[in-house]
Amino acid sequence: MNSLPADFQFSFTLCLGFVLLAPFAIAGVALINAGLGRSRSAAHAMTSCLCVVSVAALIYFVCGFAVQRYPLHAEQFVAAGPPGAPGLFSRGVSDPGALLVLLVGIFSVGLASIIPLGAAADRWRLSAACTSTVLLAGWTYPVFARMAWHQFLPMLDVKFNLGHAFVDAGGSGAIQVTGGLTALSLAWLMGPRRGKFAPDGLPAAIPAHNEVFVLFGCMLAWIGWLGLNSAGAILYAGMHPQNSALVAVNTTFSATAAALAAAAVTRLRFRRPDASLIANGWMAGLVASSAGCATLKPATAILTGLVAGALVVLSVEWLEFGLKVDDPCGSVSVHAVAGLWGLLAVGIFAGDPDQFMAQLVGVAILIGFILPITYGLNCLLGHVIPHRVSPDGERQGMDLHELGADAYPEFVVHADELMG
Amino acid sequence: MKLPGFLLLLSGGGIVIAAVRLLHGGALSGFILAGFAVEVLGLALVARAHLPASKDKR
Repeated sequence: MNSLPADFQFSFTLCLGFVLLAPFAIAGVALINAGLGRSRSAAHAMTSCLCVVSVAALIYFVCGFAVQRYPLHAEQFVAAGPPGAPGLFSRGVSDPGALLVLLVGIFSVGLASIIPLGAAADRWRLSAACTSTVLLAGWTYPVFARMAWHQFLPMLDVKFNLGHAFVDAGGSGAIQVTGGLTALSLAWLMGPRRGKFAPDGLPAAIPAHNEVFVLFGCMLAWIGWLGLNSAGAILYAGMHPQNSALVAVNTTFSATAAALAAAAVTRLRFRRPDASLIANGWMAGLVASSAGCATLKPATAILTGLVAGALVVLSVEWLEFGLKVDDPCGSVSVHAVAGLWGLLAVGIFAGDPDQFMAQLVGVAILIGFILPITYGLNCLLGHVIPHRVSPDGERQGMDLHELGADAYPEFVVHADELMG
Repeated sequence: MKLPGFLLLLSGGGIVIAAVRLLHGGALSGFILAGFAVEVLGLALVARAHLPASKDKR
């Protein structure tokens, strides 16, 4: 390191600091998933997060990074050690800059992988979750990340005369929407939880078992997002590290505005602010901020957050009442819907129709290719390893059925478990 | 309904990619919007196909 230019050393150290904050985002989402689920599946939710992140990290190291390749702007960042294309088992990744890119990729794919756990909570078998993660970390995520940051979308302006390149600095599309669309596919494939919808189609409320987990998870996620967005803006969007303060301001403004918007909308619709939906609003603001964290102005970041917060409340309601999708943690609304909004917001607030078209191309690829491929792969997987736990297991709870012990053995008695 | 919906999703994505590779200017924007509209239609079909059958139909 001592022989490297001082500017590179500054960028590297700062970026490494940001990257090391990213696991807080994973911890935050894991706590939210556990808190919004049932108490009888709480240990299973956290165990699934750990196992899924472990699988994602290893598979990404083995083949995901080779599929994704170095992001276009990171190639300039890792100029200190000229990177060839990484091979299987991340062969050829040895210089500090290249390892840093690998590390941020591992954290990003880990975050994307735990998003579907929220939508499939209380009914997704651990073995199926781990196997599905192999597909996400080894194929789906790297393929879109390669398109978004390496090969096709960053060159819309120079190679395809679209005017501007696709912008996704913090991974609204590659991380959040990819995870969110996988969550939607799994919610569709597995169907609702037992007792969620009455025979007449009306949904029953299955409340979160621990709101404190959920709200504390939001605060942890904030720290993680500050790191992930800042590192992404440097490595994926080519932002100079000295501009990191703008990323932090935009991320924070978007989240705070979204939480307040969600509080206002729930107050108007249900007479009282709803803690779960405010948490979802906060997370939607973080997600929506990711795409434009390096390019938006603070005022437009606030607008992005306000729309994301309102949108997520309406989306949660529409998915549950209109489309009959059982998504216990609101993962589809928070990560897919708010992520898509974040991508489009970059185009809308740029005030340039060409930028909007560039963003729309990215959105079209996500909806047109990533969703059908993810659905198809998981549908095939379900024939080999069934996704859904048996009805008995669902009634008993995922903790007892899959892990053999409850998360809260001394405190909780489930009436419906005893009565059948 | 599921299969036609997913085929529409893929077709819409194909229209967008082909437009980016082959067209310029106003035609490019038009075809991107058209491809996106096809995807929205496909998404609506897929979502509809996943609605549970209503009580009277069963």
